[in-house]
Amino acid sequence: MKNKFFSASIIIIFIFIFFIFYKGLENSNIYTPKTNVKKNVPFFEAKLFDSSNKIKSEDIFNKNNFYLFNVWASWCIPCKDEHPFLMKLSENKNIELIGLNYKDSILNAKNFLKKYNNPYKTIIQDIDGTIGIEWGAYGVPETFIINNDKIIKRIIGPINETSFLEIKEIIK
Amino acid sequence: MKLFKYLIIIFFLFSLSLSNAENNNLNNKIAKNLRCLICQGQSVYDSDSEFANSIKIIINKKLDEGQNENQIYDFLESKYGEWILYDPKFGKSTYFLWLLPILIFLIGGAILVKLFIIKKN
Repeated sequence: MKNKFFSASIIIIFIFIFFIFYKGLENSNIYTPKTNVKKNVPFFEAKLFDSSNKIKSEDIFNKNNFYLFNVWASWCIPCKDEHPFLMKLSENKNIELIGLNYKDSILNAKNFLKKYNNPYKTIIQDIDGTIGIEWGAYGVPETFIINNDKIIKRIIGPINETSFLEIKEIIK
Repeated sequence: MKLFKYLIIIFFLFSLSLSNAENNNLNNKIAKNLRCLICQGQSVYDSDSEFANSIKIIINKKLDEGQNENQIYDFLESKYGEWILYDPKFGKSTYFLWLLPILIFLIGGAILVKLFIIKKN
């Protein structure tokens, strides 16, 4: 009787463990950071794109309106896909576009903007990728919508039709 | 006297490279404990992606600023979440992970005791 109870409990434990691992198989193993958390804009100091002057984060996000902070690079192919959406957003007066030129050569970046137009009001440089890390970004392109010094939306990957409409809805 | 001078110079150079090596070791240790988020199954140390290289630069910078290992982990965890750490902390979602090996060990021990010791008696 005791022996039976013993083996039954072992079987139950193994079924339990199997079930947990089996459930684990269904989970996606591709990680995306939580996007719904409202974080503050990180503090940073960066070089401006077209001059040797430095600018602090509080000098960029100093107004009460909406900001779009876009991580881009001339070598990034999806950045070309989202560029038309950025151009459309730059015509909107409710939002100001800030570009973070990520690990790029200035010459290539300038050519990129010449070819596709410049949607950004301010562009800052991130030569070694450390400012991107302050933002919690891990790839290019990535977009943050900021209001009142808080990140209210984050788009990982290029802006598409859906996210473009979502942004328009937010800044209405 | 001349020999003494040379000895001092050699000692100085040796200690310099030693402290440098220590810093590098800590660098590598931290990088090995971090998961590269865009390259599956690789640590920041193993990976040569843009992301991993930037993280390595950040580790260097923070160590130069005088921060310790845990402060760097906390900083990166606040930016990227717990997933970036290879060593998950004991918490709500990980208690099973931590307790399971102990549980299996205890059950295994109980089986062995039952099979060999109790039966003998």
